[in-house]
Amino acid sequence: MSVIAEIKRQKRNSPWSELVRRIEHGDVIFRTLTVVAGLLVVLVTAATGFELWQNSALARAKFGLDFLTGTNWDPVIEDFGALPFLYGTIQTSIFALLIAVPIGLGIAIFLSELAPAWLRQPLGFLVELLAAVPSVIFGLWGLYVFVPSVVKPFAQFLNDNLGFLPIFQGPVFGPSRLAATLILSIMVLPTLVAISRDVFLAIPNAQREGALGLGATQWEMITQNLIPYGLSGILGAIILALGRAMGETIAVTMVIGNNLDLSASLLHPGYTMASIIANEFTEATTDLYREALIEIGLVLFALTLLVNIIARLLVWRVARRIPTEARA
Amino acid sequence: MESALSPVRAAQHRARSNYRTRQIVNRVMLALCGLAALIAVIPLVWILGYVVQRGVGALSLDFFTQLPTPVGVPGGGILNAIVGSAIVVGIACAISIPVSLTAAFYVYARPNTLLGTLIRFSTDVLSGVPSIIMGIFAYTVFVLTQGHFSALSGGFALAIIMTPIVLRTTEEMLKLVPKTLRDGSLALGAADWRTALNVLLPAAMSGVITGIMLGIARVAGEAAPMLFTAFGNPFFSTALDQPIATLPHQIYVYAISPYRDWQDKAWATALVLIALVMGLEIIARGVASWQERKLRGR
Repeated sequence: MSVIAEIKRQKRNSPWSELVRRIEHGDVIFRTLTVVAGLLVVLVTAATGFELWQNSALARAKFGLDFLTGTNWDPVIEDFGALPFLYGTIQTSIFALLIAVPIGLGIAIFLSELAPAWLRQPLGFLVELLAAVPSVIFGLWGLYVFVPSVVKPFAQFLNDNLGFLPIFQGPVFGPSRLAATLILSIMVLPTLVAISRDVFLAIPNAQREGALGLGATQWEMITQNLIPYGLSGILGAIILALGRAMGETIAVTMVIGNNLDLSASLLHPGYTMASIIANEFTEATTDLYREALIEIGLVLFALTLLVNIIARLLVWRVARRIPTEARA
Repeated sequence: MESALSPVRAAQHRARSNYRTRQIVNRVMLALCGLAALIAVIPLVWILGYVVQRGVGALSLDFFTQLPTPVGVPGGGILNAIVGSAIVVGIACAISIPVSLTAAFYVYARPNTLLGTLIRFSTDVLSGVPSIIMGIFAYTVFVLTQGHFSALSGGFALAIIMTPIVLRTTEEMLKLVPKTLRDGSLALGAADWRTALNVLLPAAMSGVITGIMLGIARVAGEAAPMLFTAFGNPFFSTALDQPIATLPHQIYVYAISPYRDWQDKAWATALVLIALVMGLEIIARGVASWQERKLRGR
């Protein structure tokens, strides 16, 4: 073997030239870039939780777990408890879902099973367009149109006829948890409809034919076959909508009346976790005050995180399951 | 005989009336489903109609070219908020689009690696976390450290909100590109990055643009994270490190003010914002369905 050939061989195999060759090829750079970008996305997600945790240290140290059960919120004496907001968030979003779920499922059923083909696309599009309306415009419309013309008369009606129930006790206000509940029920509809419609559409036709062939009516087919079949996906849609309702900020802030209130009545003005942050964050003059608000943000973050993970697991399960069974 | 027949008759009768009830229940419930669909359309039409009706009167050329006037002074516009929204959304795009697209290529190529799973999980989390939380995050990163509100912090918050939308759409669109195109390019000896940039990205381009437009439509309407990042500014400003006005935040400020003429301006601003957002949304969805038909049909 000649000396020159030997040098060439060594040169070719030296780690340095290998690196140069790879960089010239370009894929090393490309792959590194994609990994870095991916890591960034993951890091930002982790950093969100970390920053909320880090920046609420003062409040966490001072109030501990009592923060979650404290009913007082007084910036002057710096006594902070999150219970009224936790309660308001949970009450409004649960009641919003009680209203939205039957309607949303009805629309999903209509879109996937009943509507004539020419109507499906445009109607589905209109429902999705509802999701595009900015939250602040929902709030504006809610505050000046929906609350005076629908919510207040409706609240009066509920109070007159069902006032003996704790949740409909008076006095009647315009801006109230009922107003927030109704606005939220409209705002979560697109989420509910889009996902549960997709779940219905993914159910194999054999399920429908089997039920109808055994003499079921269409409604019996839907309630006894389709809904049980797609149940985990539908539950996922509902829980995802719950997450949306809990985190909704501006529209709720504008119609809920912003009042510390722990009564059961839906007709009273209330407060949610998101709306106390929106209302008071820029007014928080002391460190403890600001950190108490950030801690509320932390609780809200944890809640929505939990809700989303549960929902995704449910939706993923149904998405993974259906194709295999559809083939069988 | 009579006594033997009558239970049969009774059973027949029961079956028939049972059948009738089942039919009636069926009809009623299906009609209710149709009614539900009608109910969902009402708020949309109501909101759009009312915003147009209230807003259109206050619109004029001045509304787009003038700065806001103090309470009681007639005239004035929202030029600062229009420019401010453009700047903040521009920052969001500049941060979010490169990162989302690049990360989408990773998820597309290696969805089941640890990092791929983590990215998909993170986008799910980010898309579910309330936007006001992103506002707090941007606040702690920028405003707390720098000591003042800024356009930059607002853009950063919006970038995080936008990322899952762009990333997810891009990934879905890349998946729709026929595998044969990718294999063909690789078989001809093209490097991965050439395949990605010259074959996959052009094929998925209109879908990617759809994702970007949907992302912009979403963040352009976000008021909650603007409250303590961009903060709002009654004056004209293009400085990135200063507070800046944005359209949704301006609507919020006008809407909750006790002044009648500001409330009127809230409706006019709402009309501008809703036209912008809905326009983007409608174009994006139109492009998306066209693109999907094109790719699926191939």
